[in-house]
Amino acid sequence: MLQALAGQLLVGLINGSFYALLSLGLAVIFGLLNVVNFAHGAQYMLGAFVAWIGLTYLGIGYWWALVLTPLVVGVLGMVFERLCLRRLQGLDPLYGLLLTFGVTLVLEGLFQNAFGISGNSYPVPSLLQGGTNLGFMFLPRYRAWVVVASVAVCLGSWLVIEKTRFGAYLRAGTENPPLLQAFGVNVPVMFTVTYGYGVALAAFAGVMAAPIYQVTPLMGSNVIMMVFAVVVIGGMGSILGSIVTGLGVGLIEGLTKFFYAPAADVVVFVVMALVLLLRPAGFFGRSR
Amino acid sequence: MTDAGVPPAEVLHVTGLHAFYGESHILHGIDFHVKAGEVVTLLGRNGSGRTTTLKAILGLVSRRTGSILINGREAIGLPSHLIARLGVGYCPEERGIFASLSAEENLTLLPKVGSHGMGLEEIYGMFPGLNERRKSPGTRLSGGEQQMLAMARVLRTGSSLLLLDEITEGLAPVIVQTLGRVVRRLRERGLTMILVEQNFRFAAPLADRHYLIERGRITDMIPKDELERRVPEIHGFLGV
Repeated sequence: MLQALAGQLLVGLINGSFYALLSLGLAVIFGLLNVVNFAHGAQYMLGAFVAWIGLTYLGIGYWWALVLTPLVVGVLGMVFERLCLRRLQGLDPLYGLLLTFGVTLVLEGLFQNAFGISGNSYPVPSLLQGGTNLGFMFLPRYRAWVVVASVAVCLGSWLVIEKTRFGAYLRAGTENPPLLQAFGVNVPVMFTVTYGYGVALAAFAGVMAAPIYQVTPLMGSNVIMMVFAVVVIGGMGSILGSIVTGLGVGLIEGLTKFFYAPAADVVVFVVMALVLLLRPAGFFGRSR
Repeated sequence: MTDAGVPPAEVLHVTGLHAFYGESHILHGIDFHVKAGEVVTLLGRNGSGRTTTLKAILGLVSRRTGSILINGREAIGLPSHLIARLGVGYCPEERGIFASLSAEENLTLLPKVGSHGMGLEEIYGMFPGLNERRKSPGTRLSGGEQQMLAMARVLRTGSSLLLLDEITEGLAPVIVQTLGRVVRRLRERGLTMILVEQNFRFAAPLADRHYLIERGRITDMIPKDELERRVPEIHGFLGV
């Protein structure tokens, strides 16, 4: 009994780690650029595939992939921001959503065409194979690593945003980009860097997910719906809110699986609907 | 456009400035200039285009045409962050204090754009209230404190041309007096200032020249020495 509960909570915590990483990137991008980055799931999938392709064709291992993949995918994101998203600035955010949705369909189509729909497996790195018996449950080492690494990256990002000069620019830019630019800050470059960072976070999550889930072209679509629910619950544009809500939603999902499994897939959306009714700006959000 | 023909003492020279918000055409050919060390006001009724003139200088409108020479450099085609770096400091009408930043973060946020910026100590000397509130979130400050902060942060950047939009609006008389003293001190330091003011009594003794704006055009210029004689005319113009 306890074992089953602990098992579901661990699964919830791991899912929650991915939700937190992904919703953090979405929140940062939405906050500054006012873009609902629908391509976030595809960029997460891209991260997993770049790592898998690196391993399969180039022999680049997990640890290098963990560093290189966010860089590669982040730079692709920056190019995309410069060439495409920038042209939609000042228009209704709906246009950005449509563009990124379109990019998602294109990316998923290309990868299905090239690699098929069935999943590719990515081995757990040798350092993190095996696990520890905690008495009440067995804790696979890789899963513990995922939780620790995600929380560390999320908290690190939060510290950068709260404590550094770039973070202060980011917070100020989230409130009023034209005014910040009129004070002499190169806001267009901030847009590019911030979008690249959000995308790099998604790619980082993708690499971490590769050994746990199958690497498939549709893996992003499966997770992105949940992540959007997380962002709505936590509040659009709230950094800490998206981290806490990401982990919380994972846990709620895990608990529901234990107590009443058939409801596990809908419980998050029920919570989302309640939040929208009672606190439309989200738990941590400010209405703008 | 080149630097030629503009006397070096001119900090700002605006010619034929048109500005638009979306489809609405707000400025219809503004012409004026400001010499180094001068304090100049833009007077006019609400909606005459005073605030838009400041915003157009900074590139904060959707479209603008004409010529804006800042220290002899053409700024009409520049993005706003490069205009600021020509030494232009801006106090917006709504003060523009960032709510998610503390008072001190707000104060130190802006990049330096000139070499003669004030140090924090000097600034806290000029605005003692800010020192006590340095850790407070920007929006917890009173209106007067927010206005002091908005002034203080452009002084720290070393801007040589200050665009001050309605800095006395909605503030208690004692704070207005403090701001008057600050403007005088800045003038003694040789800063160039453009004041947009509803409060003519505040602006009149501070300024060297007054430009009257009506429907997006400069209609007249009144130098200091003609001011007393023409006060009734100005009151009529402003509708007070």
